[in-house]
Amino acid sequence: MGQRTADRTIVPTRPGDLLRFAAVGSVDDGKSTLIGRLLHDTRQLFDDQLAAVGAASRRRGAGDLDLSFVTDGLRAEREQGITIDVAYRYAATPRRSFVIADCPGHVQYTRNMATGASTADLALVVVDATTGLREQTRRHVCIASLLGVGTLVVVANKMDRVAWDPDAHGRVVTEVEELAETLGLSVAAVVPASALLGDNVAVRSAATPWYQGPTVLDALEEAPAGVWSGAGGSRLAVQWVIRRPGGGRAYAGMVTGGPMRPGDAVAVLPSGQVATITGLSTADGPLERAAPGRSVAVELSDDLDVGRGDLLAAGDEPPTVTRNVEATVCWFASAPLHAGDRFHVKHTTRVTRGTIDTVIERVDMGSLHRQPATSLTENDIGTVRLTTADPLVVDPYRDNRVTGSFVLVDPATHATVGAGMVTRPVATEPDGLPAL
Amino acid sequence: MTSTLDPSAPGGWRHRAGGLDRPGDEDGADHLDLLESHAIFVLREVAAECERPVLLFSGGKDSAVLLRLAEKAFSPGRLPFPVLHVDTGHNFPEVLAFRDRRMAELGEELLVASVQDAIDQGRVPDPGPGGSRNRLQSAVLLEAIARHRFDACFGGGRRDEDKARAKERVLSFRNALGQWDPKRQRPELWNLYWGRVLPGEHVRAFPLSDWTELDVWRYVAREALELPSLYYAHPRRVVERDGMLLAVSEHVEPRPGERERVETVRFRTVGDATCTGAVRSEASDAIAVVAEVAASTVSERGATRADDRVSDSAMEDRKREGYF
Repeated sequence: MGQRTADRTIVPTRPGDLLRFAAVGSVDDGKSTLIGRLLHDTRQLFDDQLAAVGAASRRRGAGDLDLSFVTDGLRAEREQGITIDVAYRYAATPRRSFVIADCPGHVQYTRNMATGASTADLALVVVDATTGLREQTRRHVCIASLLGVGTLVVVANKMDRVAWDPDAHGRVVTEVEELAETLGLSVAAVVPASALLGDNVAVRSAATPWYQGPTVLDALEEAPAGVWSGAGGSRLAVQWVIRRPGGGRAYAGMVTGGPMRPGDAVAVLPSGQVATITGLSTADGPLERAAPGRSVAVELSDDLDVGRGDLLAAGDEPPTVTRNVEATVCWFASAPLHAGDRFHVKHTTRVTRGTIDTVIERVDMGSLHRQPATSLTENDIGTVRLTTADPLVVDPYRDNRVTGSFVLVDPATHATVGAGMVTRPVATEPDGLPAL
Repeated sequence: MTSTLDPSAPGGWRHRAGGLDRPGDEDGADHLDLLESHAIFVLREVAAECERPVLLFSGGKDSAVLLRLAEKAFSPGRLPFPVLHVDTGHNFPEVLAFRDRRMAELGEELLVASVQDAIDQGRVPDPGPGGSRNRLQSAVLLEAIARHRFDACFGGGRRDEDKARAKERVLSFRNALGQWDPKRQRPELWNLYWGRVLPGEHVRAFPLSDWTELDVWRYVAREALELPSLYYAHPRRVVERDGMLLAVSEHVEPRPGERERVETVRFRTVGDATCTGAVRSEASDAIAVVAEVAASTVSERGATRADDRVSDSAMEDRKREGYF
């Protein structure tokens, strides 16, 4: 590939040209150094930023230019040489633009990694080739997979430390393929690289004549951008009711799952009333079609009682209205999660109360098998059954990232303590509803 | 360079990358439209969930964009929250004039929290006539938050501005003392923003989190947004200090050894006049600024903000104390 001509002057503007990826993997395997290297070698860093990184490196005795300092921007991170929270960086090459979430590797900061991965299309998995995959690497890949990230670009890092031994790369390839098969993920590439020296990051290395695959940058530029096309149809959760001068109301929210058009029939859920979209607009005027990700105002044919928290749904596969869901939960709090625990539940634009009926199982991070469990401890991933005070309007998470996700919030502190992904709406029995 | 701007393209500024002109999708929705949509989503969520939000408006370009987005989010209705200016008293007159013109246009209420009043009344220490009032803004802002019992403050902060900001959530929690604890940020997954807090606490909401400086300028160009005139090239009396061009004014006088001269400059950021530098520029409109920003080799804050040069973690330290 040779020299790159990338810099900030080239900013693709098409949605398809944007790739959001999260750098994940275990602590000390070199994620931040890799992201720093990628930004440095594609000339995304400003002169003053580079000078500041150099000065900080020398001050902390980390050589002339420790590229991990590009994203490890907190004082504590530089002091401890670790990443505590996600750093977001923005980059553009001639081929596409990127939103990069550099995630922390420590197990105690798994909640921050999940934050970074929840909006990613792709995971850039950094593995130390001298040690292979660690439990924390598996945990991260597992979380990314549950969050809906379908594609991995894997970096077998620190290859300079094993004298560019093809067998070390081969061992990472074998482990990654096994993991990807277990989780049903696709692997775009396993790149033998050195983030420290820059080999095979943005520039092809002379040290790996035995490797024919892409560099890290090539792989990121070529990977499919993760456009989430919902299987269920178009949805819009009402955020705000806009009153038009002279009467009439419009329902403001963001389109998800599929495009919305005037003339579409929609169900207003949970009430089940039906109406036709008569107008679709932004403050700049009417739209003939609104793609997922657009914030719009919708006008309906009938004067219905619609408010914040209601969901407008079009298409042949309506979402389920239910007070009971089975969900995969990432648990972030230091106190364990048990049956009977109560929370605020935020799902789309609806906030209600919820209680955990049962903890069904948890994922063992060593084997990635699900095992029966009665509680989840901090950073565990498991399956629970949740009952809510008000009905939710849900799609399975695999069909729609927006209508399939919720967060659990501690009512005493208002801290977010869990992230849930609906695996299965459970039919609500008319009589046997648990009291809240 | 293989990038050209094509102003005739529908839906705003379209780029040709590598000689390939990518066709628009059916919506004509581009990256700016999606950034706009996300920002509007955040504005509506916070307005709906929080009891007493407020929008912080400095008259700078980021808050001008934020104010326009707020207008769009609730149009044709009024803003469901007031607008607050934390006034350092070290203002550029063009910025105050712009602020007042914009508020009159909107017909909205403007609250002013004055650093000068706080100094006069002895509530904050006086840093002296030439001293920066940057840090004092935090104390005055927190006072205003407590007085009005605001539980959410919209700000124009962007993650590409600074390495500490790059770490911050879209809804960033502040404890009862107004402090940010970067080591204990709350998880924030998907677009599920939680704005409710306990009494005395608040959140800072940053709808422009994922915008870059270039995105802001492309948006200003596309929307033909008015900004204070000092964002565009103009002749100005300046002195060079610490490698920055400071505008000579009642707040900044040449010191011994400094030579006042007139240069053609513009401002990349607008803050306290005593610590905001100008850059040499011929860019006289937003389209020219887009080209200039795209080709710049120095970051926005690196070029213009003395307050960030105090130490390597200056922004993090100010944010911990309650800064914007």
